[in-house]
Amino acid sequence: MATATCPSCESDVALDAASRQHEIVECADCRGELEILSLDPVLLALAPEVEEDWGE
Amino acid sequence: MNETRGRMIRAGIVGASGYIGGELCRIVLGHPRMELVAPVSRSLAGRRVDGAHPNLRGLTDLTFKAPDDAPDCDVVFLATPHRETMGMVAHWAGRAGCLIDLSADFRLRDPQVYERYYGAPHTAPDLLPGFVTGWPERHRKELAEADRISVPGCMANAAVLALYPLTAAGLVADTATVDGRIGSSGSGSGAGPMNLHSERSGAMRVFAPTGHRHEAEVAQATGLTVRMSATGVEAVRGAQVLCRAALTTEVGEADLRRVYRDCYGEEPFVRVVAQRRGLYRLPEPKILSGSNFCDVGFALDADRGEVIAVAALDNLVKGAAGNAVQCLNIRQGWPERLGLEFPGLHPL
Repeated sequence: MATATCPSCESDVALDAASRQHEIVECADCRGELEILSLDPVLLALAPEVEEDWGE
Repeated sequence: MNETRGRMIRAGIVGASGYIGGELCRIVLGHPRMELVAPVSRSLAGRRVDGAHPNLRGLTDLTFKAPDDAPDCDVVFLATPHRETMGMVAHWAGRAGCLIDLSADFRLRDPQVYERYYGAPHTAPDLLPGFVTGWPERHRKELAEADRISVPGCMANAAVLALYPLTAAGLVADTATVDGRIGSSGSGSGAGPMNLHSERSGAMRVFAPTGHRHEAEVAQATGLTVRMSATGVEAVRGAQVLCRAALTTEVGEADLRRVYRDCYGEEPFVRVVAQRRGLYRLPEPKILSGSNFCDVGFALDADRGEVIAVAALDNLVKGAAGNAVQCLNIRQGWPERLGLEFPGLHPL
């Protein structure tokens, strides 16, 4: 199992053996959605997110 | 050495008919190492406990006792009003080995500061040094040996838990502005025109635009200059604070997360909640109802060099009764989560 660093919060993110390029994984700490840009070397990037807007 | 550590202990609750008293009854009745022997209430003496607290039906046949009829106990919780409690502490201290005060009367070390915020001179200043602040995350070692414990105010506890990692790391050093929001149970079970449903429902009442009482506690605990306001909101339980402060140095979000994680990573009842996704990305009191958790989070205002620290808790549990029992668990050498495992409800 490979481990990478979350580009948002710098926590360790574990990838299982079945992970594939362009798959979306979740950081267990900041809950950011991360896209696997490459597997060798492991490279993660923040996936686009929906902002909260309750009345701006 | 505390000789009660290895056995069931007998608990008394003074002011047991109020909301905090009711939460203490609930937690003590479900606690595997405590027996509730003295639910004390002057106004409801002789009446059934589950009359005032119907959620306890089927769990107890106890009736409230008048103060003079209460048996001696191993621990007494004082869930009694500010300004009155300091006059009764000496009496109850003679009736129990451990006294845990949930009023504000022994929270502030300086009696002059107390008078300024509570509008009356402190009548027992000689007893102030004997109390340990009931703040498990900071005073665990002192609580293990404490016979007198003063439990912090609900919003003060939340604000201190939010700000402490930042002050301890030297990232905040001057002034913090604390904006507190709290549900109606925070004003107690006493009736009055201000608490009529017709007045409260739908209101967002700014009851303390400046100088809320908990301001003094937060200042005492953090060493910061604190400016605090508070608003009553459309909820029964729950307190939330937003604390804004200037950063002493430039940091990124990952640095802030590391500071909070290092401070609270091992804490049983403090969780760091600052998420990029999810239903509640920052601490939300609604999902903490009935639980002893305090959720703590943060946001970075990089353009202004400021941090916004956020915390939420149930004002009656981690903000009062649950925190008191957590302190007792530490004092007794019991597992800290004992009797406090309830995780809250979702949805609610």
